[in-house]
This record gives sequence, structure tokens and C-alpha cells, in this order.
Amino acid sequence: MTEILETINMIREENLDIRTITAGISLYDCVSEDAARFCDNIYDKITHVAEKLVKTGCDIEKEYGIPIINKRVSVTPLSLVGGKLTSDGYVMAAKALDRAAKTLGINFIGGFTALVQKGFTNSASALLDAIPQALSETSLVCSSVNVASTKAGINMDAIARVGKIMRDLAYLTRDDNSIGCAKFVVFANAVDDNPFMAGAFHGAGEAEAAINVGVSGPGVVYSAIKRAGDCPLDELAELIKKTAFKITRMGQLVACEASRRMNIPFGIVDLSLAPTPAVGDSVARILEEMGLEMCGAHGTTAALAMLNDAVKKGGVMASSHVGGLSGAFIPVSEDEGMIAAAAAGSLTLEKLEAMTAVCSVGLDMIVIPYDTPEAVICGIIADEVAIGVVNTKTTAVRLIPAYGKKIGDSVNFGGLLGYAPVIDVNMRSPERFIKRGGRIPAPLHSLKN
Amino acid sequence: MRAIITVTGRDSMGIIAKVSGECAQFGANIIDISQSVLKEYFAMIMLCEIDSLAIPFTEFVDKMSELGHKCGLEIRTMHEEIFNSMHRI
Repeated sequence: MTEILETINMIREENLDIRTITAGISLYDCVSEDAARFCDNIYDKITHVAEKLVKTGCDIEKEYGIPIINKRVSVTPLSLVGGKLTSDGYVMAAKALDRAAKTLGINFIGGFTALVQKGFTNSASALLDAIPQALSETSLVCSSVNVASTKAGINMDAIARVGKIMRDLAYLTRDDNSIGCAKFVVFANAVDDNPFMAGAFHGAGEAEAAINVGVSGPGVVYSAIKRAGDCPLDELAELIKKTAFKITRMGQLVACEASRRMNIPFGIVDLSLAPTPAVGDSVARILEEMGLEMCGAHGTTAALAMLNDAVKKGGVMASSHVGGLSGAFIPVSEDEGMIAAAAAGSLTLEKLEAMTAVCSVGLDMIVIPYDTPEAVICGIIADEVAIGVVNTKTTAVRLIPAYGKKIGDSVNFGGLLGYAPVIDVNMRSPERFIKRGGRIPAPLHSLKN
Repeated sequence: MRAIITVTGRDSMGIIAKVSGECAQFGANIIDISQSVLKEYFAMIMLCEIDSLAIPFTEFVDKMSELGHKCGLEIRTMHEEIFNSMHRI
């Protein structure tokens, strides 16, 4: 009886949900020399394999009474299957992905992706050229670029290019709050089975298709901590573990059920705490309930480190396969508490950078002034990927240099993407450093063999 | 297969009759009922067997929820497995 009420209360009052069911689909067998044929192949394959995705998601939602917020598709990084496509060809392919997503009725499709941590293939280079146009002329396509890894080091030439892509995207989607930038993310150590956008793609070593599920539940953790009162931190960690276990078990159930009904193998459950802009669904408020006056105060990184670790420890036993990004997310515009802390000046870019060293994933959904020079954007990216490379973890950068916006303004993207104040940026120039180009060598601990 | 039906709302006459009537109509066999009234607030949890439902389970969920709307109650019908998986290892 109490268990039934607890579950229902989590769903009703504490915003517990499955954030996404993402069907990963391989596009290896879609390769063609002809761009139009390639586009037809990927459209046909995606709409065939994921045909039942939305219906399955809705059925499970209804039968189990658990909200499933997003149904998504991720595909093989397009730069691996595009062959000789020119950048125009890649724009066509992005539109084919967009059409497939609309036919299926899904929320997003990810995989307009290039992996360039060590260097550019001609195909990856063409895809990079196509990103600004591709994302500004489609609505559901998400793009990512992996510019660094612990094994390969940091491709600074790629960082110079993605910095320009962000600026171009911001300009091309200027009539819509530069929303193109919300669909583009730069990675270090990108993972192959991530179900979350904008960075989802179906990695090179993945199976023909897979069902990956991302759970959510900051509200549930927040309420549990609030009920616990002023207990010592090790007790708090235990509590978070127990809560994460329950949340993840639900994710595992939904993943297995979706996999069975769609006849697609189960991939992973992503042990995530993914916030939304809704009140009561915030990671920042968890940190504050742990005892901080406001998110961003000194102590925030330590609190976040404990939260992130406890979420993983609790979740890992609840699922047979754990993967993806797994950890607490801190996307500024998508988290009501983060928004408030950024608006109050408590949460700065530098503090966010420190926080990303101990959690999943990176500098996410941060609005910066439009006049931020390209080199400064590249500097921010380089710093963030360096944290990932040296700490052998995934880091990511999703910045929005919102067109025409300056400090004091705010931007509203609507829906789950939320709203955010423009955050202050240190404008001192790293231009000479960025212009050197080349590669930062892989760190010593990459040599493990 | 079993489902849990939870009914919450302001107490009034005949709530159990209405809910169990609807269950019988669609072939859901009630196995257990737990009910309490706190002040004017009514809360009931029913355990049902749904193997011989006359309609698909998703439709049954809708029918129960519609009944709730009509009677000013909130009626949730959920597959039992979600509770088992969350609370049992």
C-alpha cells in the first residue's frame, strides 16, 4: 500500500518521468554514391525501423501510468556513411532526416554528427561546412561534433571551426532566438549510446538497432532530501542512492518493454537526473536543499559531486546495462533553479565550468552575449573539452550566442529548452592561442596499454 | 496480469459501486480492495486481474479515467509491474 502510494506520489507530485526512449538505428547499409539515393535510403530505413516507436511509447505511457516525455531516434554519425557527399549533399541528407522524424512523429532526431577528434576526413569536413545551413533549414535534426578524446587529444583546428559554426548558426536562426545553437553540441569523449539530445548518435560499434532510455527525476530526489532534514552527508548519499535505484528500475522496465514490443534489442539505461524548467524539477534546487544558500555558492561543486556519484551508485544495480551520459545534468536554461541562480549572478560561467568536472555533462544551454568574439567562444570550448580529456570523462559545450542579446537580456526558447538570462563572459582574447591550430597531444594517462 | 486502480477524491455515496461496476462490465476481476476516508477525502486502491479484459488494456485505462471525470474523482489504472519493478529486487 505505501509502495503504491509512494510511486503514484512520485509521478503526480514530484514530476517523475521517463525523459526519453531513443531508438538507435545504424545507417551503414544506406551508403550510396548518389546523394538523392542516399537520402531515400536513410528516410526509408529510419521510417521502417522506428515505425512503431511513437505508438509503443504512448502505449507504455498509458499502461504503466508513467509519463514518457520524448520519443527520439539517433542514427550512425552521418559523416561515417556520407561517402563522397558534398556539403550541399549533407544539407539534403539533413532534410531527409527531418522528413523522417516528422513522418514518425518523434521529437528529435540526432546523428548529424562528425567525429574529428584526431583529424578531418573529407566527408567530415563537408558535413561541418553543412551544419549551419542544415540546422537552420530543418526543425528536428540535432547535430554534434566530437573534437577531442582522452586517446587522441584535442583537435584545435576543429575547435576553431565549431566556434565559427556556433556564430553562424546564431545568425542564421536570429529570428528565432538563435535556436539553431540549441540543436548543436560539441563533445570531448562523446559516447556511442547516448539517448539525450542534442548529442545523441548511434555509435560506430553499435548493433543494427538498439533501444536506449533516459530517466529523470530531480523532483523525487529533492523531496526525499527535504524529508530527510538535517542529517549527515553520508546518510544523505544513502538516501539519494535508494531514490536513484527506484527511478532507474522504472527506466529498466520501460526500456525492456519497449524493446520487446518493437523487437529491437535493449541497449542501455542512462542514469540521469535531467531537469526541466518546471518548478519542482530542478537539479539546482537539490543542491540548495542539501544546504547551499543558492546554486553557485562555494560548496556547489562538492555537493554536485556527491549527488552525481550517489545517483550512479544507486542506479547501476537497478539496470542490466548502464550507459549514455549517466549523471546529473546542469543545462542552465532547462533548470528553474539554475536560471534563478544565473539571473541573481550567483552562478557564473567559471563556476559552471568547475561543476562540469564532477558531473554529467558540460556547459549546456548557456546564453552568452552575441558580441562574444569567435576566439572567446573557441576558448570556452577548449577549456571545457580539456576537462573531459584530462579527466577521462565526457564533456560537452552547447552555447547560444543569442542574436542581438547582451548582458541583462534574457532569451525564451519555449518548451523543455526553457529560458535563460545572458551570462557574463570574460572577453579577454585567447585569439593567438586558438590561431596556432594543430592538436593538443593526448595526456599521459591515455597510454594505458 | 494484474493492474492497480487507485481512486482519490471527495467522498460521496456509491464510489466503490461505480468503480467495481465498471470493472465488471469490462471483465476486470477485483482481487483485493483497500480503502480509507480521511476527513472528507476518499482513497481506494484496488488490485484487479486483467487477463480476461473484454477490451485492450489501454482502452480500459481510458474508460476508468473517464468514469473518474464524470464522478469528480481521479482514477488511475496502472500495470502492476511498475510497482513491482520499482520496489522489489
